[in-house]
Amino acid sequence: MLSAFLAVLRRDLLLAWRGRADVLVTLAFFVIVVCLFPFGVGAETNLLRTIAPGVLWVAALLACLLSLHRLFAQDHGDGTLEQLLLSSEPAVLWVTAKVLAFWLTTGLPVVAVAPVLGMLLDLEQGAYPVLVISLALGTPILALLGAVGAALTLGLRGGGMLLALLVLPLFVPVLIFGAGAVEAELSGTGATAHLLLLGGGLAGALALAPWACAAALRVSTE
Amino acid sequence: MSRSDRGPSILRFAAPQNFYPLAGRLAPWFAGAAAVLTLAGLWLSFFVAPTDATQGEVYRVIFIHVPAAWMSMFVYLVMAFWSAVGLVMNTRLSFLMSQALAPTGAMFCVVALWTGALWGKPTWGTYWVWDARLTSQALLLFLYLGFIALTRAIEDPRRADRAGAIIALVGAVNVPVIYFSVKWWNTLHQGASVSLTKAPSMATTMLVGMLVMAVAAWAYTLAVVLWRVRPMILERERHTEWVGAELMREALRQGGRA
Repeated sequence: MLSAFLAVLRRDLLLAWRGRADVLVTLAFFVIVVCLFPFGVGAETNLLRTIAPGVLWVAALLACLLSLHRLFAQDHGDGTLEQLLLSSEPAVLWVTAKVLAFWLTTGLPVVAVAPVLGMLLDLEQGAYPVLVISLALGTPILALLGAVGAALTLGLRGGGMLLALLVLPLFVPVLIFGAGAVEAELSGTGATAHLLLLGGGLAGALALAPWACAAALRVSTE
Repeated sequence: MSRSDRGPSILRFAAPQNFYPLAGRLAPWFAGAAAVLTLAGLWLSFFVAPTDATQGEVYRVIFIHVPAAWMSMFVYLVMAFWSAVGLVMNTRLSFLMSQALAPTGAMFCVVALWTGALWGKPTWGTYWVWDARLTSQALLLFLYLGFIALTRAIEDPRRADRAGAIIALVGAVNVPVIYFSVKWWNTLHQGASVSLTKAPSMATTMLVGMLVMAVAAWAYTLAVVLWRVRPMILERERHTEWVGAELMREALRQGGRA
């Protein structure tokens, strides 16, 4: 069972590596969205410092959302998805592997780059660890929830907009606790409660989302 | 008649051809009840209920606002319930019921937000605040819109039914999470600048007026949903014999009247 998990994980990572440009596009999108804010709201340092946690989190969320369609589209197109569904391995297993690979190739780079962008927005030094931890706990939840939406909208016309409408309301709690963690750290109340809630959310999403996602994939491909 | 012949009688109506005439018979009754109760409730709320001591006349919007907000939340639960039944029992009618409920739930969401804004302007001085209840109500509206958009976007009815049911259930699991996270976010950010503190004891006529309006909203929902589900049943079952017979009967009745 573990070997199937690792095989799917390895395959998806390899595919992502061969198509490195896609990963870089996600990262570039994240950077550009963050860079847009100073143009929109003005480059006043105090203002930027205040909105930095929210801006970084919203940008990370959008970067995840816009890359979600890649999660199953290619496998759906070339028939791999049907073969996987027909295989004797439990669907939950390889769905989790695919989501993990997706997070490693889109979420993790965003987490790694976020502190650099925090510097652009003059985020206070002390908040960087919390920013990184909150993104590291929160973006996998986004990937897991988003995978359900991506599975449901597989192959639909105008799937991108529909996917956004489906998953954005579900992303709100993650955004609240993620950005809230950084703000709590800045205000001195401590981010522990937020981070624990994010961790709990991740455990819950990890337990439930792959099932929903596997069921959705069955519905979308039958 | 033994149970094994026909099954428990209530489950008979899980079959579309049995439910279709039942819905047709019940809907006018619920519509009539909704009309009578709405008139009674409006009379109670505008002429009988006393003027509020602190808010004046503007408080009267709650007679529409609160039942609409209740219904918008309750309808989502019912929708999720029928979705779960559909997925577990594989009953086509359950999916149709959840799809027939969604527009009414979304409508009540809009009514609750709209009347809330109208009430907020004179009371709080602004149409919108990022209050926990308002925000979660808006998110609930987005959940409804997502469900409607998804079920409409999929052409294959079987896939549309099931995909809609899954997103309805995912939404139902998330509704409490969303509600509590928004509540927490709100209290952390702006404290209790605006709180919907009710008067400690509501005048009995006010309460009665609100409850009558709430029951009217129930009756309205039932009537509209039953009416909405009927053509959906016909469309889905159009290849069956009973729909052909039903349409023939309908045509004869129309012809006889003209």
